[in-house]
Amino acid sequence: MTNHWIDIRNSDCILIMGSNAASNHPISFKWVTEAMKRGGKLISVDPRFTQTSSKADFYTALRSGTDIAFLGGMIKYILDNNKYFKEYVAEYTNAAFIIADSYDFNDGLFSGYDAENRKYDKSKWGFVKDEKGIPKKDRTLQDPRCVFQLIKKHYSRYNLDTVSAITGTPKEDLAKVYEMYSTTGQQGKAGTIMYAMGWTQHTVGVQNIRSMAIIQLLLGNMGVAGGGVNALRGESNVQGSTDHCILFHIWPGYLKTPKASLPTLAAYNKKYTPKTNDPLSANWWGNYPKYSVSLLKSFFGDKATKANDFGYNWLPKLDDGVTYSWLDLFDAMYKEEFKGLFAWGMNPAASGANANKNREAMTKLDWMVNVNIFDNETGSFWKGPGMDPKKIKTEVFMLPCAVSVEKEGSITNSGRWMQWRYKAANPPAEALPDGQILMKLGKAVQYLYKKDKNAVFPEPIVNLKWDYSTHGEFDAHKMAKEINGYFLKDITVKGKKFKKGDLVPSFAYLQADGSTSSANWLYCNSYTSKGNMSARRKREKSGIGLNPEWAWCWPVNRRIIYNRASVDKTGKPWDKEHPVIEFKGKVENGKYVSKKWVGDVPDGGWYPMQNPDGSDRKDTKYPFIMKPEGHAHVFGPGRADGPFSEHYEPVESPVSKQPFSSQLASPVAVTYGTNMDIYKSDDPKYPYVCSTYRVCEHWQTGIMTRWQPWLLEAQPQLFVELSKELGAKLGIKNGEKVIVESARGKVEAVAMVTIRFRPFTIQGKTVHQVGLPWHFGWVHPKDGGDSANLLTPSAGDPNTRIPETKAFMVNMRKA
Amino acid sequence: MSGKAFFIDTTLCTACRGCQIACKQWNQLPATKTHNWGSMQNPKDLSFDTYKVVRFQEHMGSNNKPVWYFFPDQCRHCVEPPCLEASEDDAPGGIIIDSQTGAVLYTDKLKKMKAEDVIESCPFNIPRAQKGTGYLSKCTMCVDRVHNGLLPACVKTCPTGAMNFGDRDKMVALAKDSLATAKSRFPKATLTGLEDLRVFYLLADEPKKYYTYAKVDVLPGGMDRKMAMRKIGRSLKDLSREWQIINKLAS
Repeated sequence: MTNHWIDIRNSDCILIMGSNAASNHPISFKWVTEAMKRGGKLISVDPRFTQTSSKADFYTALRSGTDIAFLGGMIKYILDNNKYFKEYVAEYTNAAFIIADSYDFNDGLFSGYDAENRKYDKSKWGFVKDEKGIPKKDRTLQDPRCVFQLIKKHYSRYNLDTVSAITGTPKEDLAKVYEMYSTTGQQGKAGTIMYAMGWTQHTVGVQNIRSMAIIQLLLGNMGVAGGGVNALRGESNVQGSTDHCILFHIWPGYLKTPKASLPTLAAYNKKYTPKTNDPLSANWWGNYPKYSVSLLKSFFGDKATKANDFGYNWLPKLDDGVTYSWLDLFDAMYKEEFKGLFAWGMNPAASGANANKNREAMTKLDWMVNVNIFDNETGSFWKGPGMDPKKIKTEVFMLPCAVSVEKEGSITNSGRWMQWRYKAANPPAEALPDGQILMKLGKAVQYLYKKDKNAVFPEPIVNLKWDYSTHGEFDAHKMAKEINGYFLKDITVKGKKFKKGDLVPSFAYLQADGSTSSANWLYCNSYTSKGNMSARRKREKSGIGLNPEWAWCWPVNRRIIYNRASVDKTGKPWDKEHPVIEFKGKVENGKYVSKKWVGDVPDGGWYPMQNPDGSDRKDTKYPFIMKPEGHAHVFGPGRADGPFSEHYEPVESPVSKQPFSSQLASPVAVTYGTNMDIYKSDDPKYPYVCSTYRVCEHWQTGIMTRWQPWLLEAQPQLFVELSKELGAKLGIKNGEKVIVESARGKVEAVAMVTIRFRPFTIQGKTVHQVGLPWHFGWVHPKDGGDSANLLTPSAGDPNTRIPETKAFMVNMRKA
Repeated sequence: MSGKAFFIDTTLCTACRGCQIACKQWNQLPATKTHNWGSMQNPKDLSFDTYKVVRFQEHMGSNNKPVWYFFPDQCRHCVEPPCLEASEDDAPGGIIIDSQTGAVLYTDKLKKMKAEDVIESCPFNIPRAQKGTGYLSKCTMCVDRVHNGLLPACVKTCPTGAMNFGDRDKMVALAKDSLATAKSRFPKATLTGLEDLRVFYLLADEPKKYYTYAKVDVLPGGMDRKMAMRKIGRSLKDLSREWQIINKLAS
C-alpha cells in the first residue's frame, strides 16, 4: 500500500474492485465503515454481489477479466470531462513529457513487438531528451507528442458503448461509477482503491493496477490522506516476504537478482543504478550500490572484501532470458529438471494454478521436505486422488513447525507497518520455529561443505556469516538487527561519529565501500540505538491516523509515501482538513529562509519547489523520488506489456473477437507447453466464465482453517455460486451437488443458486459467470471437496508470471 | 431502565461470522457437523451448542440490484421474559434474571419443565434442547465477562461496530441516533426491541426480509404480549415493580 489501513477512514470515495474486503479483509472494513460515517461513499464493482457490495452506496457487475476496459472508460471520462487535477498532473506526473517518435500503438500492439518471441523492445518507448539529457516537457500539456495527448488518444476508444459491450456492465452504471469516483479529482478531495487478487491474478494483472495508478495520478490522489493505491495483501506477512524478496527476481529491498551476463559487481551496479541529469530529480535509486554492497556485507561479513567484489560472485545468477517463477518452477519440476523440493509453509498441490500438473510434477521428485503445521495435500500428495503410492519414488519428510503465536518476530502488514509479535505459547512436541529449522539445516550443510575437501565451489556456503543464533536458538532480535544494519568500523557519516558495531540509524547512512552492512536497506531504521521500533505501541491522540509511534513502517517510518505530492509547489497541503505534511519554514521577503516540515516524515526533507512569492527554488526535488526523472508515471515505459494499459481477453475467453483491437488475448501473456498445459478459449465445451475467490471463514488453501472445527462448521464445503438463470438452464437447484470442469480438471461442489450472480450480455450474447472459493482440499474433511485450482490455467502475467486464476472457462452439470 | 442491552446495527454487519465463532470460543461450545445447504448460513439454526447464528436473506432490491440482509440472531433477554412466566410454576428457579445486567439465565432447575414448552413460550424461537437430556441453553449475555468489566465476546470481536453493548439507556440513545443516520440511506429503516427487550436491532428494511422472528409482537398461540399480561391481571408498571422485588430476592 502507498497509504495504510487506518488512512482509509480519510477517504471521500472508496472503490473496492478486485476485492471483497468486507469478507476477506474484515478489519479493513472497520476503516471503510468509519469513512462512510464521515460522509465517504463506497463503490463495489464485482462480477458477483458480495458482502462488500451489500454495504456499498453503489454496486455494479462486470465480467471477470474486463477490468481494463472498465477503468479505461473511466480514464476517458476523466479526460473528456476535465475531472483531472490539472496542476498536479502537469507538475508532478510525466504527463508533460514528450515521447519519442519510435513510440506508437496500432491495433492492439505497441511499437517494438517481436511476434516470434512474443516480447516487446521497450527501448522504443523512450522520452525525448534535451541537450542536457533531461526529458523535454510541455507543462501546458498541448504538444501532440506529450504523454497527456497520447493518453487521450489511446483511451479515446473506451467509450461507454464499447466498454459496456465487453464488460457486460450497463452504460448508466458505468457513467455513475465514473461520475462518483471522479469527484475526487477536486482539490481537497481524495479517493482510494482497495484491490486484491481479483485484479492481480490475470495475464493483464499488472496492467489492471497500472490503469488504476493512472486514474489516481490524473485525479491527484497519490500522496494524500484517504488516497493512494492500496493493495490488500493476501496473507498477513506476504508484504514482509516480498520486502525481504523471497522471489527469484529480487534481492532484499527490491534490489535486482544479478543475471549471468553481469560478471562483476561494477557491471551489476552500473546496470541497475539509474542516472539522471536533472538536478531537481532526487533519483533515490541512484543510491543503489550502497544498498547492494551493504547487503553483501551482511551475507558474508568479513569474508566480503573489495578485492572479491564483496562476494558478489558467490551468489547465484539468473540465466539471461530465463524466468524461475512459480509457474516456471512447477513446469521444470514436471519436466524432471530438478529433483528436490522444499515446500515450506505452502501447499502447492492446492494453491498453484493447474493443480493437477503440480501434483503430477511432485511425483517426479526424488525428495520433498514439507514444513508445515498440519498434514496437507502437498506433503501427502503421494496418497491423493488418482495417485498410486507404489509407483511414486518421492521420499517426503514432514517437518512440523511452530505457528505464529509460538514464536517471536515481526509481521509486516499491507500498510508496510512492521509490527513485533511475542511468543504466547511453546510449540508442541518436536515442532520448531521456521528460523530454527533454517539455522539447523543451513549449519548442517555448511558443516558438510567445510568437512569435504573436494566440495565444489564451497565459498557461497562456507563464507556465509549466518550468525543469527543465540545459545543455539534462532534469535529473531539478532535477525531484526542484522536486517537494520551495522557500522562495521569506526566512521563519521554526515558529521556524526559512529563506532564499529553501532546500529545504522537509517539508510541515508549506508555506504558503498563495505563499511556498513544491512540485510534490507528498506528496513534500515527499524531497529536502532533507540530500540526495536516495531515493538512500539503508542497511539496518537489526534491526527489523520498516522500513529507515528505505533510500530514502525518503511521507509524511515513514512506512513504515506509520495507525500511531497500532497502539497502544492510552495509546500501548502492541497487538503487543509487532512494535511499529511506541511512546510512551515520562516519566510523573509517572500522567500523561505529556514527548513521545517510538520506532519508525516516528508518524502525527502528538501525545501518546497517554490517560495511563497512564486519564485522557483534550486535546493528542492520533484515529489516522486523513486523515479529517475522524479515524476510519477502516467506513461510507464518499464512494463513488459506496454506503457499504457489495453484491454485483452483472458487466455481463456468466452468470445472470439473483442472490440478494442484484433488481438484477442495479451500478445505477451505467458503460457506453457507440456501435455498438461491445456487452454480452451471460445470453446462450446467450456461455455461459462469462472473465477475463484475467498471467504471469511477460511484462509488460502484452508491448510490451517479446515482443521479448525468452529471455522469448518461455519463454512463446511466447497460451493459454486451461479445465477438463477443458469441454474434453470442446467436444471440445477440450490444445494444440489454439481461437477465443475475445465480443460484441466474437475471438482465436485455444492451449487449455490443465487440472485447475486446474473448473466452478462457480452457483444449481444448471453454469457454466464460462476465462481468458487479455493479453500478446500482432499485431505480434510473427507466431504469438503478438493481445490478449485484443479480448474485454473497455468497462464501468467508477463511482468510477474502470476497465474490467471480469476478468469477462465468451465462447464457445469449435476453430479 | 437499569441493566444492560445489546444494540445490533445490521446496516454495519458484513456477516463475517466473527460474533458467531467468538461465542463458540468463549463458551467452549463444540462445533456441530454441518453441510453446505445452499447458503453461507451455517450452522443453519441455533442449537444447544450454538447460541448465535448469523442468518442470511437475499432479495431483489428496489433499483433492480440485489440486497443481502444479515441478521445476527440471539436471545433477546426480554425484560419480562415469557419463558420465565411459563416456567415459574413448574420449575421455580429454573430461569432467573441477573440483577446487575438483566440477563435472562437458565439453571439446571429448568429440567423440571418440558423443553418443548419452554421453547414454545419464546416469541423469538430461541431456546434449544440438548438431545437426550432435555437441558436447554441459549445466549448468556456473557455475564461472566460482563461482571468482570469485559464486553460480551461477540461484541468484542465485531470489526465494524455492528455489535454494541452497554447500559440500556445508553444503548437506547445509540439506537435512536443510528436510526436517524440510517434513515437518510434507508427510508424504511426501523428499530426493534426498544420497549421491552435487551437486544435492539436496527434494520434497513421490513423485519420479515431479515428473518421471520426478527420482530415479533405476537406470542406463539396468537396472543399479543400486552394482552397476555392483562389476562394474568397485572399492568406493565406493576410487573416492573414486581420484577424489582424478584431481583432483590435473587441478588
